[in-house]
Amino acid sequence: MLRTGLRMLPMLGACLAVPAFSADTPAATAQGLSPFFEPAGPTPKAPDADGFLQRWLLLEPILKPNRSNAGFTGTYVRAALTQEYFPGQFKVVPRDGDKTKGKDPLQWHALDAKLFDVKLFNFAQGLGKPTYGVIFWAVTIVNSPREMENVRLAVGSNSASMWWVNGKEAAGLFGDRRMVMDDVVSRPLTLHKGKNIIRGAVINGPGLSDFCVRFLDADGQPIRDVTLSTK
Amino acid sequence: MKYLAAAILLSGLLSGTASAQLAGEPFIHDPSTLGYSDGKYYTFGTGRGGLVSQDGWTWHAGGERPGGGVAPDIIKIGDRYYVAYAVGGGGMNGGHASNVKVMWTKSLDPKSPDFGYHDVGVVASSNGTEDCDAIDPAFLYADGRLWLSYGTYFGYIRMVELDPKTGQRVAGNEPVDVAIDMEATALLYRDGWYYLLGTHGTCCDGPNSSYNIRVGRSRNPTGPFTDHMGVPLLKGGGKLVIAGRGRTFGPGHFGLVDLGNDMQKFSMHYESDMDRAGRSVLAIEPLLWKDGWPVGGENVKAGTYEIQSERSGGALELDVDFVRIDFDFRRAFGPPPPGPLTPLPDQTLAQDMAVWPSGQIKVDLGDYMIRPHQKWTITPVAEAGGYMGSPYYKIIIAGTDRALAANADGEVVTAPTFSGAPEQLWRIDQLTDGTYRITPKGAKEPLALVAVGASTVSLTKFDPASDAGRWTFKAP
Repeated sequence: MLRTGLRMLPMLGACLAVPAFSADTPAATAQGLSPFFEPAGPTPKAPDADGFLQRWLLLEPILKPNRSNAGFTGTYVRAALTQEYFPGQFKVVPRDGDKTKGKDPLQWHALDAKLFDVKLFNFAQGLGKPTYGVIFWAVTIVNSPREMENVRLAVGSNSASMWWVNGKEAAGLFGDRRMVMDDVVSRPLTLHKGKNIIRGAVINGPGLSDFCVRFLDADGQPIRDVTLSTK
Repeated sequence: MKYLAAAILLSGLLSGTASAQLAGEPFIHDPSTLGYSDGKYYTFGTGRGGLVSQDGWTWHAGGERPGGGVAPDIIKIGDRYYVAYAVGGGGMNGGHASNVKVMWTKSLDPKSPDFGYHDVGVVASSNGTEDCDAIDPAFLYADGRLWLSYGTYFGYIRMVELDPKTGQRVAGNEPVDVAIDMEATALLYRDGWYYLLGTHGTCCDGPNSSYNIRVGRSRNPTGPFTDHMGVPLLKGGGKLVIAGRGRTFGPGHFGLVDLGNDMQKFSMHYESDMDRAGRSVLAIEPLLWKDGWPVGGENVKAGTYEIQSERSGGALELDVDFVRIDFDFRRAFGPPPPGPLTPLPDQTLAQDMAVWPSGQIKVDLGDYMIRPHQKWTITPVAEAGGYMGSPYYKIIIAGTDRALAANADGEVVTAPTFSGAPEQLWRIDQLTDGTYRITPKGAKEPLALVAVGASTVSLTKFDPASDAGRWTFKAP
């Protein structure tokens, strides 16, 4: 039994002006990001053996108070994740260390995940940032050696999320999601020869948060002959 | 018992009425595996105390479990009942620091002189920042070794090894990560496979809880566990065992009940029973095995069926003269008649009954001819109580009061009217292959309805190695 009082309650955050979750902002762990991340290297990175994309630009969490994940309906999540939180949100590929403009600037971090999944909770915890009631943005560049048709973006996320490939919505994971590999798979799409921009946004109330992403070919097999970069 | 009475009232109108809900006050959250002690069954849940039952069907509040905390588990090894439970963690107010503790007693009955808990101490823990929350412990004793899984959605499910003689952690044993995105785990061992079960989904929100029980398996108790699609449980895999159905939502906290003779059941809670104001309740349902995977079964639902023998395919029927449906066989071979085709009526009960003797009528097996003397209405009997996870049923010829019964000679017959006597009440257990065993209430030895010949039935000892005592219920 996950005895999260937060999970049990109706979603209040969506309709109440809730202050930032200062109580949910942990001190940065002594280990920082090192248990699950390392700085993105200078050379493009291949997916792991199962095709999971492990190099990402991650934005420090945007506060979006939600005391439960039960209210993550498609309508709510779509509204929450298509809202503009910073200029260039859907167009710009940031660089490592860039900061968003605004009252409370947030920093981008170019990281390589050590595991198949990108542990967002630990990313925030390692930086001493809020872990609950947040939205995470993620961007990566997939370098394809040729045009690839009939590929599918396969995503698992905790909790809800939306994903875009080259500016077009490819996948939406709604409801109180647990992360399961290949949970939601996009319709067939085309990866261009050269750079392809993948964006994702994950929303979470209480509990852990992470995601895993890979591309599958027409036979459902993972695509590995691409590389990942952040610029 | 109102819900059961309602089911009986409706049974004449509705086929498929649920009959799996336990009697009494089975209110509990996060129940442990059932423990049998001093002639009674016990289960403990989150908080103190638990439930107790004489028969596995009617449950009342009872039992004593000190220590508080959440989601305990019980296992009996030798003369000791080990009880594991967790204190702390669970995410309340964001906290994930927790300890799994173990204690033991030689009886679960507070009135027994052997009752009395002895603290073993902490066997697993989480520090609050690591990717694990040490709650929801679950035991497995297999091949002389004692294993304990624990954890929640907050990080990893982990496995440790305990000493079965003391309940303490084996010296030098380190936790092994075995799954993610799972909680309320349970462990099974069967045919050389270790099975890790646990819930996916959300708990604790009544009929909005999406809890469902999943499973992966491994040849090694510390994994890697994968599901039927080959997806590792460390990557979120898990084959469905059971989800909510009917008016019960959110199954979780699996506990094996092995009754022997190829009959297994499992305990769990439903997060919400709509017939009990949406409260969390204990449930016990059959466990099936298909292609090496555990699958939730179901008690036979009230309704009218052909009762078909797995031995011969014959239909259980009254041993009465066959009554033809009026038909000129030449019509089957001739040219189509002019004009629209006219449907023929079914044989009526009155037409079939016209040749039935009064008094007791024997039963046998025959080719299923869709005749009234082959159609049986099965209904749970509220006032008759029940046994592990099921009510007792009456089995009558549809549209009549003629009841299947065990007679004084130990043979199976039908009595002209249903009396409610034990010899007319039947226990119907789903077996691990999905077929059913049918046994009379109060049988002095484990007698069952058995096809002792291709067309002959009797009450005799059930042989789990044979199809002779296995039955299926077909839509009539």
